[in-house]
Amino acid sequence: MKFAVIVFPGSNCDRDMYYAAKDALGEDADMLWYQEANLEGYDAILIPGGFSYGDYLRSGAIASTSDIVVQLREQADKGVPILGVCNGFQILLESGLLPGAMLRNKNLKFMCHFENLIVENNDSLFTSKYQKGEVVSIPIAHHDGNYYCDDATLARLKENNQIVFTYENNPNGSVADIAGIINEQGNVLGMMPHPERAVEAILNSDDGLKLFQSMLENWRERYVAGA
Amino acid sequence: MKLVKVHITLKEGVLDPQGKAVQGSLNTLGYNNVKEVRVGKYLELTVNDDANIEAEIEAMCNKLLANPVIENYKFTVEEGVVQ
Repeated sequence: MKFAVIVFPGSNCDRDMYYAAKDALGEDADMLWYQEANLEGYDAILIPGGFSYGDYLRSGAIASTSDIVVQLREQADKGVPILGVCNGFQILLESGLLPGAMLRNKNLKFMCHFENLIVENNDSLFTSKYQKGEVVSIPIAHHDGNYYCDDATLARLKENNQIVFTYENNPNGSVADIAGIINEQGNVLGMMPHPERAVEAILNSDDGLKLFQSMLENWRERYVAGA
Repeated sequence: MKLVKVHITLKEGVLDPQGKAVQGSLNTLGYNNVKEVRVGKYLELTVNDDANIEAEIEAMCNKLLANPVIENYKFTVEEGVVQ
């Protein structure tokens, strides 16, 4: 399986994401500079965390206007799995690939620590190796992680089972404790916590690895004959 | 040249933690009349004269300058100073 990691100016979790796919999962991965990236031919696309364009205007807003987002939309329409973590999630929101928006954390602090997440939906290509209701320990590291959407959008998210992860103890004020959501089609996941920082025991948790393993398993089932 | 002044504010009902903190500070300073603060953004754009300027600024606000999910915007178009 071949992963693309998109690198924006200001991305800082690109290497962690690459490490998770390449070393922890043991699959192929390329780090692609956003201006030169050709996303054709990749089995999954990872949008890493960081502070693209210094979070100018709004987190993810400037990156969402770059040409690479046009390619992202094409790949999303084709059903290619796309995972956006932290700033990657913010870019997916700003580009409209996922509904909602991010506000500043309710305590106005940048927070960087482990949080317990509840797997609300394990019926997705990103979470099939988790149990429904499983509590996993995955670190957060953000200033603008306070997810917001209006009531109608929230109702739709619930109805379509698009809320994938929630916080056990909501740290940032997110609506409905939301930590991660998926698109209606089920192939675009955005989440504020960093699964790529929790892929081996020496990092204090390997609970994030199952997310990448789920992606791999799903890809094998779909595309590898006899798997 | 035209000078476009864009004001971006959080929609009603959207929590503004920054505004709340500013309000708290003002109250601490003794300004107890302040019941709410909402922090927004103000942008000045200098643009070439164009018949479609209003529609264009509106599109800019929707596409980039504001996030319609959480923010409202309003703008004025004034005569700019030729530099």
